[in-house]
Amino acid sequence: MTADLTSDLECRALTRHFGDVVAVQGVDFSVAAGSFFSILGPSGCGKTTIMRMIAGFLEPTSGDIRIKGRSVLGVPPNKRPVNMVFQHLALFPMMNVAENIGYGLRRQGVAKAEIIRRTGEVLERINLPGIGTRKVSELSGGQRQRVAIARCMVLQPDVLLLDEPLGALDLKLREKMKVELKALQAEFDTTFVYITHDQGEALVMSDAVAVMNAGRFEQVGAARDLYYRPETAFVAGFVGEANRWRGRVEAVDGTLAEVRSESGLLIRTQGQNLRPGDRVEIFVRPEAIAINLDAKTAAASPNQMAVQVSALLFNGANSRVLVRDPQSGAEIDVALPQSAEFSNLAKGAQVHISWGREQALCFADATL
Amino acid sequence: MSSKRLGFFLLLAPLVLWLGLLIILPHIDMAIVSLRTRVAPREYAPSLDNYAAFVTEPLYLFTFLRTAVMSILVTVITLIIAFPISYYIAKIAKGRSQAALFLMCLVPFWVSELVRTFGWIILLRETGVISGFLQWLGLADQPVEMLYNDAAMMLGLVYTSMLFMVVPLTTTLESLDDAVIEAGYDLGGTGPSVLREIVIPHAMPGIVSGCIVVFMLSLGNYLTPTMLGGKDSLWFTQLIYSQFIVRFNWELGAAFGFCLLFASSVIVWATLRLTGQTLERTMGEGS
Amino acid sequence: MIPSIPRSRAMRVAYGAYVTAFFMWLALPLITVSVFAFNDSLFPSLPWEGFTWGWFFGDARPQIGLFHERRILASIGTSAFIATVVSALAVTVGTTNAFLFNRYSFRGRGFLYVLMLLPLVVPGIVLGISILVFSSRVAGVVQDVTGLYTEVLRPGLPLVIAGQFSFITTIATLVISARLIKFDRSLEEAALNLGAGPLTAIRTVTIPYLLPALVGAFVVSFLMSFENFNTTLMLVGSDAPLTITMFDRLKEGSTPVLNAVSLLLMLGSAVLALLMIAVQRR
Repeated sequence: MTADLTSDLECRALTRHFGDVVAVQGVDFSVAAGSFFSILGPSGCGKTTIMRMIAGFLEPTSGDIRIKGRSVLGVPPNKRPVNMVFQHLALFPMMNVAENIGYGLRRQGVAKAEIIRRTGEVLERINLPGIGTRKVSELSGGQRQRVAIARCMVLQPDVLLLDEPLGALDLKLREKMKVELKALQAEFDTTFVYITHDQGEALVMSDAVAVMNAGRFEQVGAARDLYYRPETAFVAGFVGEANRWRGRVEAVDGTLAEVRSESGLLIRTQGQNLRPGDRVEIFVRPEAIAINLDAKTAAASPNQMAVQVSALLFNGANSRVLVRDPQSGAEIDVALPQSAEFSNLAKGAQVHISWGREQALCFADATL
Repeated sequence: MSSKRLGFFLLLAPLVLWLGLLIILPHIDMAIVSLRTRVAPREYAPSLDNYAAFVTEPLYLFTFLRTAVMSILVTVITLIIAFPISYYIAKIAKGRSQAALFLMCLVPFWVSELVRTFGWIILLRETGVISGFLQWLGLADQPVEMLYNDAAMMLGLVYTSMLFMVVPLTTTLESLDDAVIEAGYDLGGTGPSVLREIVIPHAMPGIVSGCIVVFMLSLGNYLTPTMLGGKDSLWFTQLIYSQFIVRFNWELGAAFGFCLLFASSVIVWATLRLTGQTLERTMGEGS
Repeated sequence: MIPSIPRSRAMRVAYGAYVTAFFMWLALPLITVSVFAFNDSLFPSLPWEGFTWGWFFGDARPQIGLFHERRILASIGTSAFIATVVSALAVTVGTTNAFLFNRYSFRGRGFLYVLMLLPLVVPGIVLGISILVFSSRVAGVVQDVTGLYTEVLRPGLPLVIAGQFSFITTIATLVISARLIKFDRSLEEAALNLGAGPLTAIRTVTIPYLLPALVGAFVVSFLMSFENFNTTLMLVGSDAPLTITMFDRLKEGSTPVLNAVSLLLMLGSAVLALLMIAVQRR
């Protein structure tokens, strides 16, 4: 077997059981050197388990973990060339910032002067020069974040693991730290493996994202692919917002299909291997739905209908309109275009909405 | 007077009465008594004779130093025995077994010190269980007396003090986040270095408060040295008792009492200073 | 050193063995005392002479059981009386102290707080003699001035109660404070907002919240009082509490009746401990 030389981290058929519970089931992936890789999934999906296995705090039940082509199974956590930024950072409260950052270097037996030099250097790189003598408790949330990363990066690990480190921050700071984390990753040019349940974090920062559910990887790919070309219903529902209908296939013509939703809405879609009578799930993203004040432009679209505005949800650039289909009673979530045309849209107004076949993503219903 | 002020004084009154009448005034009075000497029946003159006697009489000074040194020894031994136990309860045992182990540590101390000491007497004495067991095993061919010596006394003191070390240690160790220990390993630490740089510094308030309490209890213990110690294992509290109750020399007894109080205060203060802790944090609001 | 850090098997086994040995060591004296309560012999020692209930219920010499030993029964009564009074006083004063330190910030608060902790770091025997010295001086002054002999200030029950109260109150204060600190003041404000007066708010909201701590403080005080020896020894008069009686009996040479008393004490303590846990779980 030839190890992929360009990958820093590789997991093969990684499986972990806790008693009868299977937390991680046959997960395969490899992370290219110097890239930002995220594992995205709801809480309890097994992503923390994967991270702890890579760090060495859990042994896999089966499967292999390779770092720079070498298996690290049986290697204790203090001997692995990976470092971890913990969920609550786990900065040592009994040490100041410089002692925290120098901790790993002291373990390697680096000379005192060298520790001071490298600590100062890494503080420069995270833009916090001269805070070495501060206590951890005196730092702001964002500063603690950066110190936690510096504490790992000073050891020049092959892979840096980050376990939802932004979870404890407030929204504004989180947005800022997203950008900063990405910049730090470029600055250090190290492979980052990031786990999160927040798709915003994963999509913005990552070169590649793995969407995880119930112990398995549903799909691995670039953020764009996950969003526009989800391979499973779970990915379509989890990544980004979507209107979601359950229904039954009524007619098939090649890859074209007509689906009748449970609420009675007729949706024209496309998909492989569909047969009449199949139960399916349809996802349509709010921004994929065009909205018009008159029927003329909408008429050409395979899915189009006249609807009534039932609510306006104003949220700046992310504003939405909730419309109701009078025939089926279904509520549909539509993105509100930021144009003058719709600035006077009010509750109760009649509008036309439409979307293309390719925008109605169709998957076999997995919940049955 | 506003009702807020009235409430304040109503709450202050019991505290002041308690501390004033039962702690401060008695100690002041004891100081006065220790600083006088009897010149005739019911007639006293101020003097330092009692303290002079303490310093010049070798038996007094020797017993005093011996008591202090052995109390420190008891404290250290208790700490060394208790630390792994507390660590096990706080960090390794989980859920139900954790609660059960902690409770098992408490149980012996719901029982009177006298009963615990009595247990060790039955075990250790010449006709005792351990002696009998050794004979039965053939390791001894005649009854072995293991009671009435310093070792037995130390054993009793360590046993009696254990709770007061285990509880504060377990509490502080429990408050140490597992992730902090994991981070220590993740960054290349090994067992001893994580223990030295992370676990022990974190547990310091617990270690200090445990040590202070254990030291105090050993120093001021009368029962265990009297019951388990031998003729040569004189404990300073026994001197105080005999001056007060047997010889009826309250002046000297009071001076001894002050020496004991002084020793314990100095050592407690020094421990707090050396470890950068405060009494409030180790004993009260912090714990 | 935590379960997520891999350790060698030998290390784990050694650690487990150490913990087991520790708990056996803890249990050993208590088990020994209990077992010999049932030895049909005049001495609580080997050899084993057979099983008997005699040291509990025997009523004829030489086996006078605990329930027919008037001196021991009387001293249990004395101890229970002292413990009840001390606990009630300690919990009361502990509660007022806790409110004082929790609700008011005033000059000298820090100083008073340290002073409040001091009884914990004064050796028990020193507490005992200081109170003995002081009370006898007051008694002397009273006698000189009024000519009255004040029994209360001579060694005996009142002094024992005072001596135990002097340090148990600190413990009660700490136990109650620990819970009061966690109390959310806005609950009281809500009660005020809903029409309760300040004292009613405390009675109906704060005190029920504190109840587990009050019960806990009472039980701890009771047990500490019951088993106190060092302070009591210096202040005791003719009515000896149980620990003093047992101590005297032990010096004379013991019979298994002392084991029987000890076993009874253990059971009593266990019941109290369980009661306290039950209340605090609620």
